Amino acid sequence: MEEKKTCLYDSHVALGAQMSPFGGFIMPIQYSSIEDEHRAVRTAVGMFDVSHMGEILVSGKDAERFVNHIFTNDVTNLPHGGVIYGMMLRPDGGTVDDLIVYRQFPENDTDYLMVVNAANIEKDFDWMKANADGFEVVLDNVSGQWGEIAVQGPQAQAIIASFPEFASAVDESFYTFRYFTYESEPVIISRTGYTGEDGFEIYASEELTVKLWAKLLEMGVKPCGLGCRDTLRFEAALPLYGHELTDEISPIEAGLGIFVKTDKPEFIGREAVLKLKEDGPRRKLVGIELLDRAIPRAGYAVLDADGNQVGEVTTGYRSLTLDKSLCMAYVDAAHSALDTDLQIAIRKKVFPAKVVKKRFYTPKYKK
Amino acid sequence: MAKLIEGLKYSESHEWVKVEGEIALIGITDYAQHALGNITYVDMPSEDDEVFAGEEFGAVESTKIASDLFSPVSGVVTEVNSALEDAPELINEDAYANWIIKVKMSDPSELETLLDPAAYEAICK
Repeated sequence: MEEKKTCLYDSHVALGAQMSPFGGFIMPIQYSSIEDEHRAVRTAVGMFDVSHMGEILVSGKDAERFVNHIFTNDVTNLPHGGVIYGMMLRPDGGTVDDLIVYRQFPENDTDYLMVVNAANIEKDFDWMKANADGFEVVLDNVSGQWGEIAVQGPQAQAIIASFPEFASAVDESFYTFRYFTYESEPVIISRTGYTGEDGFEIYASEELTVKLWAKLLEMGVKPCGLGCRDTLRFEAALPLYGHELTDEISPIEAGLGIFVKTDKPEFIGREAVLKLKEDGPRRKLVGIELLDRAIPRAGYAVLDADGNQVGEVTTGYRSLTLDKSLCMAYVDAAHSALDTDLQIAIRKKVFPAKVVKKRFYTPKYKK
Repeated sequence: MAKLIEGLKYSESHEWVKVEGEIALIGITDYAQHALGNITYVDMPSEDDEVFAGEEFGAVESTKIASDLFSPVSGVVTEVNSALEDAPELINEDAYANWIIKVKMSDPSELETLLDPAAYEAICK
């Protein structure tokens, strides 16, 4: 398959980025090094091209009822300018995608903006259309028409504040957004991100995104690739679709039950997750610390103390913030308690490990 | 451009070999360490383990990736570079000064199948 390019492709190449396929796009993995970029976001400010993310607009008389039907979280009381995280589930409780939903303002032409994973854009859009029978809604897939830049890190607020046009964006609390005007064009700025740091995500036309990227570069914001985006989100225990969540994994197993509102009267997958909540999941996502410098990576087997396989690693790194070999893994519920002794098979060797809290890094979000 | 050393032999899988009598010192090339990025772990065999030409004997890991190491020659491991256990980044600092294993060769004619610096440079392009 020919990978798509984002509007910032030329900028990445000009910066000497190492480019690699991700989610159907050719994306920057790193510019300087994953370690440098990771530390810039933890201690200062970095920016990511996230234009590959998909955007689907929902409007119509039944928009609220429709979103509540296909989405696990409850948008009933979501205020205008509010953002909420959740999943779309299959009837069996497996995860179609995880996404964030933006409640638009009364003056907008549409009611909700759904921001979905790049690799799932077509699948999600088809899923929404297939489940829209009986709802008076219009679905518009505008992915590819917008660019998106994530500005993340403790200095992100100062950077956004230095744009006169965006100055009031710093009053936003976490998981809210507003519209701004920049060069006569609408720009959405939300206080959201995927790094465990405070930060903002800027949605604009492709042309304006290129200009804003150049301006942010001039201001000294470090360009960061998907390499450190993954190490950052991993430390903050944020799931990545395809690893911690898939069509075969329910958010209950992933420990994301807080985003699944089974007290809502109805949504696709509700009966399955209710049963899973009652019975308790067979497997659970846990954090594991390896007591060695070797790195547990996705797909490696997790063994019990006797050497029987009881799980599989979903993401693992030598954590840059903590200098420990850590991973997230699905393990049988019987082996998921904190401090349980486990082992991880890496190539020809087996290393001792133990269950730890999977939030390796406490997020520093703005309250 | 990645550094190359005259007098060493190179493999297509980016290892180098320095011959000292019947002993082969084996490491990874400057090109390889650069491609990997900051090295955080070197998975090494044990002394007296047998290695075989073209077969995996360990791995080098960076944040990005775990990359298998392939032995350019067959023989028995006489020594592993234990300094790399606590300081794997030494390979980033100087890939040629920091060998990973020493192997007593069982078939030195295997060296003839390896690349000279010019031939290795050509495959790195």
